[in-house]
Amino acid sequence: MQSYTVERKIGKQSVLLEKTVTLLSSATVAGPKESLGPLSAFFDRHYDDTILKEKSFERAECHMLEEACHLALGKAGLSPEDMDYFIAGDLLNQVISASFCARGLAIPFLGIYGACSTLTEGLSIGGMLVQGGFARNVLVATSSHNCTAERQYRYPTEYGYQRPGYAQWTVTGAGAVILSSEGEGPRLESITTGKVVDAGVKDPFDLGVAMAPAAADTIYNHFIDLEREPSYYNLILTGDLGGMGKKLNEDILASKGFNIEPNYSDCGVLLYYPHQKVDAGGSGCACSALVFLGHFYKKMMEKELHKVLLVATGALHSPTTYLQRESIPAIAHAVSLEI
Amino acid sequence: MLGQAILNLFIALGVPEQQAGNPTVATVILIAAVMTGFGIFDDIARVAGAGIAVPVTGFANSVTSMAIEFRREGLVLGTGAKMFALAGSIIVFGVVTAFIIGLISALI
Repeated sequence: MQSYTVERKIGKQSVLLEKTVTLLSSATVAGPKESLGPLSAFFDRHYDDTILKEKSFERAECHMLEEACHLALGKAGLSPEDMDYFIAGDLLNQVISASFCARGLAIPFLGIYGACSTLTEGLSIGGMLVQGGFARNVLVATSSHNCTAERQYRYPTEYGYQRPGYAQWTVTGAGAVILSSEGEGPRLESITTGKVVDAGVKDPFDLGVAMAPAAADTIYNHFIDLEREPSYYNLILTGDLGGMGKKLNEDILASKGFNIEPNYSDCGVLLYYPHQKVDAGGSGCACSALVFLGHFYKKMMEKELHKVLLVATGALHSPTTYLQRESIPAIAHAVSLEI
Repeated sequence: MLGQAILNLFIALGVPEQQAGNPTVATVILIAAVMTGFGIFDDIARVAGAGIAVPVTGFANSVTSMAIEFRREGLVLGTGAKMFALAGSIIVFGVVTAFIIGLISALI
């Protein structure tokens, strides 16, 4: 057998990109609750209702995703024809928001499912496509909608029940970003693809705690593979662990000898004010999309942050597996960005 | 307490005391269903908890919320089919329990 050298892979789970892969432009569309949150000013478009004059919440979610894609393309001065691939995913069965959005864009499409880790999964695949010389421009997008996710994963939106204090609120919104082999913007520098980690949590409201071990595993392996310390980054940002998951992630990494606390934050914690009744924080694909692509992308463009490690986390359960008493497996993908 | 007020209202309107219970329950169900339709019920339930979920109001809410949620999938396969998806087990086990209790009381 001929030996094959993998040039770009580092350690067990990471790849280091050598070519320039920039995040050329980004766009975010936010729902009503998100528009009232502390990061509201960073979003490109705000909606004060969740239905957007569409016939269903599913169509409203797709509408937001389409809008985010067109806004990102518009900002970069590009059209869908300039894109080589469209990589998108969402939380709904058969990733319908992404597929239905792709129907209108007419770009070669790869639909992905990584639950709330979709953003970094998309960035990872897109980054490797550009690095490998398979694409010049890749559009990566993701969306989630509180009402569509509630209906699929939990109860009807108008059903009255008490949410436990550790529950999280699915974010309504969408985000899109263009990866390009040229242009100005934060550079995608390395990728650490996560393993599926199951902490044995069975409560579908306790997702932050279910996902924290996956996040900790990916971040730990990222540091080991690339021989870096937490202080290498200005910011380590997890996707949607919420208040409890964030603490657990810090504790797990501290027990393995990495103190990430000084420069660590979580999108789910940042997106809302405490008085907005979201309990432990935000969750959903759009959580990391809104916070990173809206807020921190701009901070990077303004050179306030130079090195960021973005780790979006996803819980890979379904309503079926939870009713069948299966535990909740989770995943986290990390990408590092530099400017 | 609200139920008692409605009950007293019906008695004041001339409904015999023994029979006033039925229109009271019907009224409470109607109020819960209308509140669900206007999107207020779930906000109250987050605070009131079991106080509003356990009595007949919770049952009315589970049926109406499902009916609204699946209206887009059509009247027959959406609303009609999904309406009792949450409340169905209450009916099933209610009937089963009633049957067993009935059997026990018949034997004693």
